[in-house]
Amino acid sequence: MLTEAERKELDHEAEHYEHKQALTIEALKILQNHRGWISDDSIKDIAEYLKCDPSEVDSVATFYNLIYRKPVGKKVVHVCTSVSCWIMGSENIEKRFQDKLGLGYGQTTGDDQVTLVRNQCLGYCDHAPCMQLNDKMYGDLETDASVDAAIDDIQAI
Amino acid sequence: MSSPETKPLLSYCDPENPMDLKAYEAVGGYKSLHKALKHMTPPEVVELVKDSNLRGRGGAGFNTGLKWSFVPQGDNAPKEKYLVCNADEMEPGTFKDRLLMEGKPHQLVEAMIVSAYAFGATTGYIFLRGEYKLAERRLLDAIAEAKAAGYLGNNILGTDYSYELVLHTSAGRYICGEETALLNALEGRRANPRAKPPFPPAVGLWGKPTIINNVETLSNVPHIINNGKEWFHGLSDSNDGGTKLYGISGRVNTPGIWELPLGVTIRELIEEHGGGMRDGYKFRGVLPGGASTDFLVEEHLDLKMDYDTIAKAGSRLGTGTMILLDDKTSVLGMVHNLIQFFAHESCGWCTPCRDGLPWVERVMEALKDGRGSPGDIETLEKHCRYLWIGCTFCALAPGAVEPLKSALKYFREDFENAIRPAPEPADGSIRAKARQGLLEALGQTN
Repeated sequence: MLTEAERKELDHEAEHYEHKQALTIEALKILQNHRGWISDDSIKDIAEYLKCDPSEVDSVATFYNLIYRKPVGKKVVHVCTSVSCWIMGSENIEKRFQDKLGLGYGQTTGDDQVTLVRNQCLGYCDHAPCMQLNDKMYGDLETDASVDAAIDDIQAI
Repeated sequence: MSSPETKPLLSYCDPENPMDLKAYEAVGGYKSLHKALKHMTPPEVVELVKDSNLRGRGGAGFNTGLKWSFVPQGDNAPKEKYLVCNADEMEPGTFKDRLLMEGKPHQLVEAMIVSAYAFGATTGYIFLRGEYKLAERRLLDAIAEAKAAGYLGNNILGTDYSYELVLHTSAGRYICGEETALLNALEGRRANPRAKPPFPPAVGLWGKPTIINNVETLSNVPHIINNGKEWFHGLSDSNDGGTKLYGISGRVNTPGIWELPLGVTIRELIEEHGGGMRDGYKFRGVLPGGASTDFLVEEHLDLKMDYDTIAKAGSRLGTGTMILLDDKTSVLGMVHNLIQFFAHESCGWCTPCRDGLPWVERVMEALKDGRGSPGDIETLEKHCRYLWIGCTFCALAPGAVEPLKSALKYFREDFENAIRPAPEPADGSIRAKARQGLLEALGQTN
């Protein structure tokens, strides 16, 4: 069931698009914002709102990497693994997460706080290697110490 | 020195503290709107931009005004027309549009209005990649301010031109940068590219005429309207108009983005602007315009970074943001990383791309680890042909093999050295025994 707040946001977004289907991605993002991730129930709620088949919504949900179809931690850290960051040593970032939190890509800490995912180029290449948590960028992570400091910061948020 | 005359795009661009509407107007912001809407007809704007030789900065390099001229006009044409700004900056190694949007959001908003006027767009969409959260906030603020000032909405500046501007944030995937895939994403579908023709200027978003332009491309338009085509030509050291945002990532001393005349040399970029290679590292090669462009090497350092010169050298200007390969970075590792990216980002629609790229990825993985097999180079070369233009549905796979085929050309030894000779099955080895067993089962003897 959509909450009052979710429905209101969906109605507001609907004004910008000529056809209701165009709302699918916005709807997924809105529900994910409220619920943390997109469960089967969320898919059904959106389908009901858009008056379409749940499989159509799911086909969209599974295409886009910023839609989480599995539960994630409170903080989803996106590590850039693309070419500029790779050259500058991004492989070490996962290693530090592994050492400090026992966390690899696609995994979540036992306390459901941090999920680590790899992402494509984050457009922060002059500060490679880098990673992102929400709107916060962590760059120039060339040394163990700089990665560790970033991990500490993420845990403290 | 950053002056608006020579660096129109990045003058007053400050990601720490971008100008609000008032500050932007104080330095000439939204002037182009007054000029175009009140003193120029839409076809005059199209002609001006066409004659300025502004070419697309997203990678393809198509003449912007010419693209606009393809939009059907007149009473028989659909009334709804769309302008879409491709702000889905996802080409690995590219970080220029982020700067424009975070540091000078009003420039893009102004550009989106005046460009829309040129071909009568009724609604504009900025298709922004989901990770660019700061740009999202900045653009939302700028759009709200522009709306409040009467630059958006009905009867803009008292004329009969009306236009809405909407910010759409994406949910990820590189393929959304392909313009027809972007349209599908905007319509709320999976971002598979569409068959072309028809092309978007005729049949685009919801079947209506649609122009899709890159952030940097559009950002030039207000300045062309304000200052004219001769001024725009004068900014450039090449046959095409304007400045270019150039960038460098990799092992230089000062990676970054700079606005420079279109046509500076690669050497000047690396040595003067990038501060030269870091101590202990030597230049080995460069992807001149993002991940999907061919490697250039030492012999190309004095080439001008413009569309025609780089194309003649066998690569592409692309986005103009270079990725440097140094002598301590493995070529094979770099190519593997690039192919891994493209294989992951394939939308899966057509077979050569969906199946071919993972195959190339596996071969590259073996090669980078020094366990290549005889025939691997031939396999890679075959794929460079199978995945080339004309064999695939869109440009993703051809772009993916550009760095690969140029690496095979310039760094062939690296590939050859990674191949282990086929081991002779020694008598008594498991392999020899297995072979013997198999032959016996088939009723043959060795």
